[in-house]
Amino acid sequence: MFYRENGQFKSSYRADQQIFPIRQDRIFMLGLLAAAFVLVPLLASNYFLQAILIPFLILALAAIGLNILVGYCGQISIGSGAFMAVGAYAAWNFGVRIPDLPLVAQILMGGVFATLVGVVFGVPSLRIRGLYLAVTTLAAQFFMDWAFLRIPYFTNYSPSGNVSVPALSAFGIPVQTPVQRYLFVLIFVVVFALLAKNLVRGAIGRQWMAIRDMDVAASVIGIRPVYAKLTAFAVSSFIIGVSGALWAYIHLGSWEPLAFDLNRSLQLLFIVIIGGLGSIVGSFFGAAFMVLVPVFLTNVPHLFGFTLAVDTASHIEHMVFGALIVFFLIVEPHGLARLWSIGKEKLRIWPFPH
Amino acid sequence: MAFFLETLFGGLMTGMLYSLVALGFVLIFKASGVFNFAQGAMVLIAALAMARLSEWIPAWLGLESKLLGNILAFMVAAVFMWLIALAIERWVLRYLVNQEGTTLLMATIGIAYFLDGMGQIIFGSSVYSIDVGMPKDPAFIMDSIFEGGLLISLEDLTAAVVAALLVAVLAFFFQYTSTGRALRAVADDHLAAQSIGIPLNRIWVIVWTVAGLVALVAGVIWGSKFGVQFTLSTAALRALPVVILGGLTSVPGAIIGGLIIGVGEKLSEVYLGPFVGGGIEIWFAYMLALVFLLFRPQGLFGEKIIDRV
Repeated sequence: MFYRENGQFKSSYRADQQIFPIRQDRIFMLGLLAAAFVLVPLLASNYFLQAILIPFLILALAAIGLNILVGYCGQISIGSGAFMAVGAYAAWNFGVRIPDLPLVAQILMGGVFATLVGVVFGVPSLRIRGLYLAVTTLAAQFFMDWAFLRIPYFTNYSPSGNVSVPALSAFGIPVQTPVQRYLFVLIFVVVFALLAKNLVRGAIGRQWMAIRDMDVAASVIGIRPVYAKLTAFAVSSFIIGVSGALWAYIHLGSWEPLAFDLNRSLQLLFIVIIGGLGSIVGSFFGAAFMVLVPVFLTNVPHLFGFTLAVDTASHIEHMVFGALIVFFLIVEPHGLARLWSIGKEKLRIWPFPH
Repeated sequence: MAFFLETLFGGLMTGMLYSLVALGFVLIFKASGVFNFAQGAMVLIAALAMARLSEWIPAWLGLESKLLGNILAFMVAAVFMWLIALAIERWVLRYLVNQEGTTLLMATIGIAYFLDGMGQIIFGSSVYSIDVGMPKDPAFIMDSIFEGGLLISLEDLTAAVVAALLVAVLAFFFQYTSTGRALRAVADDHLAAQSIGIPLNRIWVIVWTVAGLVALVAGVIWGSKFGVQFTLSTAALRALPVVILGGLTSVPGAIIGGLIIGVGEKLSEVYLGPFVGGGIEIWFAYMLALVFLLFRPQGLFGEKIIDRV
């Protein structure tokens, strides 16, 4: 009743092909952006910004990157943490070795290096497919873990292997308080989400999806698998690299290679699957789920007046988390994004059943 | 030369251990098409069960004999693995029939999390030891050929022999029993198998139980070698390159892949490691598998992948 496209006539191709063809969607998105940019900084507490919103946004960005590879191009990757690490360490090395490089340029250079590494590790995908490929992406993960731990050049010969960033500022504006950092991340996320959304609905996105659905058939109709697969690896690694740099710079501040280990990769894969494969908005849902569930699980026992030993609590968290993942896969294998579109469809015809 | 041979033997025996874990992967993948990421968690929970039960059972029953305690603990742990297999079939697999490989893979990662948590809640999360009387002292062989002989760890040798025996028993089970024949039928084509009256659900329980038993044996061996602790669940990560190198669907592939990876790892660590800073074992195994796969994308012994449009 409230959400329907009646009376919205398109009179040009431009209008027909815009990102959000329905007016209500446009209003909703503008409202959401306004709230994110204006209301949240005014109202949210520091804890909320630091512990929930900033990790949520960065993980969502990383998940968008991974979703391009896994959800749109169909190449399963369990090594995305490695590309986050490459982004983080490349950005940090540029910052240390070229003193006057601006912050944004550092972060983007992190993305560029992640792209290079991503394309190198994407080359086997031309020959190896499916689960075999998924396992070989672990090569990237373990190789990068090892490289950042054992090659002292990457950590600028820091004795503990721990590196940290100095006080940040972009374009002369400091990026230090939680609100400033939140806005900095938000700008990145909005820009890249728009970029990704436009890529996946353009020619290149269609090529990716054709490769995903069946690569032999796609190559028969004239899509070059080399080009399509490698661009997917490149774009995906770039976005993941940028998110890795943001995670390190903005969220962690100081970090060691363990911050980007296999668990991070699995976490990103969970976000993509729970959110919905092949859906940009799903990446946000998945990230929200991934950030909120642990917070929820740690706080629930307190509400009921239990206090658990720290290790028991973390084991229970593990169990509940594993069970929730299985539950979600059983109930909605297409992820939260599918629930969202079902909801929209229901709203469109409400209050009538059909 | 003697040193090279020692490294080679060491590699072969480590390789047998990898094969043992890899075998669990292959069994489940063949029968149900599930890439079981939880195999490592199963090894951990089986080893934890074995370690704690071999303490608890003699204490409850007032047994003196260590051997009897170990045997009882092994049997109870085996029953425990069977219960886990039942639960996984009943509450997870049954609902996920005909889902895509990715979804199933994710579900097993969920199972892995669950088992990791559950095992540590039930059995505790410190470091435990398993003592099944494996010989700890090294032995020297062939001292007539080489000066001082070759150093061989008897513990590794026992483990390799046990692993080889287990593989032989499994091969026999698959080849010559009616259940084994049913399992192979399901692996070949589960729709056809179902249509001639093979109950899929029961086959899955059997396969997961067998994989659980393999995990138990692997857990006992690894556990008595390195101690039972959380890091045992990374055993699966060591076995993954073995699985893809040998081919996801091939039991002999798991064995030969394990040997190749075991030897490759040891030789690279000894001869290459010092130049690049050591600790290269784990990624070297993956790189080795990657290089092999570039030439044979289906693994050494996997079924040829045929694409039809």
